[in-house]
Formats: sequence, C-alpha cells, structure tokens
Amino acid sequence: MKRKRRTEALSAALLLAPFMAAYALFFLLPAVQTLYLSLTESSLTRTSAFVGLANYDTLIHDPSFWSSLGNTFHFSLLTVIPLTALGLVMALLVDHFTGGGKRAGSWLQGAFFLPYVLPISVMTLIADWMLQPSSGIVNRLLGIQRAWFSDLDWAMPVVAIATIWWTVGFNMLMFLAGLRNIPREQYEAAALDGARGFAVFRHITWPALLPVTITALVLQLIASLKVFGQTYIMTTGGPFNTTRVTLHYMYETAFTQSDAGYAAAVAMAFMAVVVALGLLQAVLLRKRK
Amino acid sequence: MKHTPWHWTVIAVATALSLAMLWVAPLLWALSTSLRPEYETILPTLHLLPREWTVAAYTKTLAAGNVPRWLFNSALVALLVTVVTMAISLMAAFAFSQLRFRGRDLLFGVAMLALLLPFEALLVPLFRTINGLGLINTYAGIVLPQVVSPVVIYVFRQFFDAVPNDFRDAALLDGASPLRVLWSVYLPMSGNIVWAMAIVTFIAAWNNFLWPFIIVTSNDMMTIPLGLTQTYDAFGVRYAQLMAAALIGAFPVALAYLVFQRRVTQGLLAATGLKG
Repeated sequence: MKRKRRTEALSAALLLAPFMAAYALFFLLPAVQTLYLSLTESSLTRTSAFVGLANYDTLIHDPSFWSSLGNTFHFSLLTVIPLTALGLVMALLVDHFTGGGKRAGSWLQGAFFLPYVLPISVMTLIADWMLQPSSGIVNRLLGIQRAWFSDLDWAMPVVAIATIWWTVGFNMLMFLAGLRNIPREQYEAAALDGARGFAVFRHITWPALLPVTITALVLQLIASLKVFGQTYIMTTGGPFNTTRVTLHYMYETAFTQSDAGYAAAVAMAFMAVVVALGLLQAVLLRKRK
Repeated sequence: MKHTPWHWTVIAVATALSLAMLWVAPLLWALSTSLRPEYETILPTLHLLPREWTVAAYTKTLAAGNVPRWLFNSALVALLVTVVTMAISLMAAFAFSQLRFRGRDLLFGVAMLALLLPFEALLVPLFRTINGLGLINTYAGIVLPQVVSPVVIYVFRQFFDAVPNDFRDAALLDGASPLRVLWSVYLPMSGNIVWAMAIVTFIAAWNNFLWPFIIVTSNDMMTIPLGLTQTYDAFGVRYAQLMAAALIGAFPVALAYLVFQRRVTQGLLAATGLKG
C-alpha cells in the first residue's frame, strides 16, 4: 500500500510539472518580482539600486498617477452600471422570446453576443470609421461634424459606449444562466396566487437574480478597471490625458520612459485595488449563502 | 408564466427589435462599407448600400500588406495556446482531483491565487523574463505566458470531482497508469467540457491584444488584433479596405462562435463559475 502511495505521488508530480513550471515562471515569479521591482530604481532591463519605499512616496505625490486613476474610475462609472443593467434587460428579452416553439430568442442572443467575440482592434476600427468627423455615419445622421475622440467632453463617453456595445453580451449570458436556474414551479405558484407582469419580476425573478447581479457588478468593475486597449487605440490617452488610464500610465512609465521600478509601484497600487474588489465580492456572496 | 399582459408584449417586441438592430448595425455598416469602391466611402451623400458593389477592398487587402501573414500568426498562436493549455491543464486538474499526495490542497490554493491577481499588473517583470530568455518577437514568447490558465484547471477539476470514483479505482486496479486512466477513462467522458474550454481558449488567444502588444515589435510577428492597429500606416485612410481588413480579422472568431454557439456560452459560463 505504501508503495502504491509513492507511485501515486510520483505520477502526480509528473502530471503537475508542466503546468507548475509555466505557472512559476510566468505568474509567481513575476508577482514576486513586481513587489521587489517596486522597491528599486530600475530600467526596463536592468535592476539597479534598492530604494525602499521611495517609489511609493513619489506615487502618492504624483498628480499624473492620481489623474490616471481618476480616469480609470471615470471609465468604470460610465460602464459598470449600464453594462450590468443592459445585460439584465437583454437576458430578460432573450428569455421572453425563447421556448414554446419561439426561435426569436436565439437570434436575439446571437445579435447581442456577436460583438463580444470580435478582436478589440476590429471594434475600434469600426468605431473609428463610424465616428469620423466628416464622412462618419454618426455625424452624417446627426448633421454635425464633431471630432469625437479629441473632444474633451465626449472622448471618454464615446470609448465607454463602444465598450458597452462590444462587451455587454457576456453580462447578458451571465444573467441568462441565472434566469434559467430559477425553478419553473416558483413561477407557477406565483401565477396561481394571481401575480402578473411586474409583480412576478419583483417577487421571484429579481430576488433570484440578486447573487448574479452582485457577481456581474463586481466582475464588471474589475474588468472596467483593467481598461487599456480601447483608450490606447482610440484616443491614445488624449485629449490632454483625459482618457489616459492607470494601465496606460503604467505602460508608458515602463516601456517608453523605461522606469520599471516606478511602473512596478503603479502596478502594485493597481493590484491592491483589484484584489480588494475581488475579496469584496467573495465576502458579499458568502454573506448571502 | 406566459400570461403576460398584451402591453408588455408590445414593449418587449419593440425593445428587442430596436436593441437588436442597434447591435447589428455597426457590423452591417462595416460590411456595407467594405463592399464599395474606395471613392464611395467619402461621397458627400450618404448611401446605406453600395451604389457599385465590389470585392476589390478584400482582394487588395489580401494581396497587399501583411494581413495574410498576421492571420497565419494568429492561427498558429491561438492553436498552440489552445493545445498546450488543454494538455497541461487536463493533466494538472486530474492530479488535483484524483491523486492523493502531500500538500495537494496547498498547491491548488497557490495555483488559484492567479484568479485574484490581475495579469495586467505583471507585465513589466513578465516582459523582463521573456526578454531574458531571448524570446521577444518569437512564437514561443507570444504563446508561453498565455498557457497559464488557472480557471481552466478549476473547471476541469470540478468536472473530474463529479465523476464517480469507481471508474478510476477499477482502472487503477487493472494496473493502468494514472496518465492512461486520464486518457482513456476520463477524457472520453469530458468531451463536452474540453471542447467548450478549448473553443473559449482559442477565441481568447485569437483576440488577445495586450500581451502581443507588449512582446512583439516586428511587423512580421504581429497577430491580427495587433496588426490591425497598424493598418492606417499600411493603407492610409482607405475605409473600404480598413473595413475589409477588420472583417477578415473578425471572420474566424465570428465563425467559430456561430458554429459552436452552445459550447462558447457553456465554456464562458463554466469559467465564471456559474454553471459546471
């Protein structure tokens, strides 16, 4: 028996080795290195002096960092609630038109979800073309000539709207799964009690969807905080850095200014925010169980 | 449940139709633009359909520039990422689920740490590692960091945990090695979930922008999402051609989604932990 145990542990080691090697090299090591780098003065390729908390001291007095964090939250504010609410509405619609021989539901689902599978640069190319100042279809339909991406008031909202179009399908999917998990009997019992229309939604659907809603909100908030590609491609952070988000600032610091130590400090601050939100979600959901 | 008052039905139909049209319109507009001759895209009057239909934008895009090369890179990278991720994740999940060894739960916990920490925050040291290994602008450099996918392991482990132990014990008693048991007992049973995760992994790898953006500098090594951001330089402002390039880049993933719709949704839901 002991012999068998040993062969089992050996095969486990063999089966785990490839993943664990990749995991250590491309995740654990970089995680530890980020922390260490943030305590040094380093270029992109060379680590030089250990400087303790100096980078963090710079960080809390750095208006560029705070404005990038502000922009990140601005983007999140414009996306998180619309994406969650719209995802719910779309899921309710798809569900409404599904079943009982109705095929419209799956067509709807396809229409809402398709943009989600597009590469980011396909999304940005289409948005850019639609929003061209003179030949873009949006300005033509509105009869104006606005340069949306360099407009101080509109640059961020436009990136947010494009993002909502692009990613809402995923939230719809989560709500749809939540809806399909609600036992049919609950609806039948409610119908017997004479509940109709909105009352059914309020007393059955909504309470059942609350955990999904919390999950969707937090996942969306984390996803929105990680925004980089959209703003980088569409506005390159402009106009006047009003769409330069935290990851963009980190990227610039590391890869164009080659200040890897400071970029690592920015990364640590960013990581702290995301981890705190992840833990918040875990706590919120556990309380409900 | 379906005793909906009639005015709700009217509202539902109207909202569904207008939202669906809004969501499809940008893609149709891109398609319509791509089927025009270039001069038509800047005509002062707006025509929703091309006045002169042509596929010139597509033939030009495919003939000139790097688009075919980028497509090849994307296909190779996404395929490699998918195959390697599936292989190493299945093996690891099987060990975590079915084999007994010391420190198993601790190791699993460590592996799941990555679900909490954002990959984006690790870019700087990750770049240094790949650079140190001399893998900048190589397929290995693009592929390797993408094969670490704890969420896939999590999903596979949950699946393996749900399989009755009798299957494993019977096979092990017959003297089969664990790898053999994984291959010929568990894998055939997990076909659906493996396919679902593979398709989702493929689409994610095809669409990955951030990592290739960091690690690729040479035009020849770019994947399509990265390459498309360079097309302004390559084509100038030629919108029919830009839209053609965009739609060519979107075609493989859109097709994968339309063909495997159920598996894509199943895989994504499994990955968020909402459905096993």
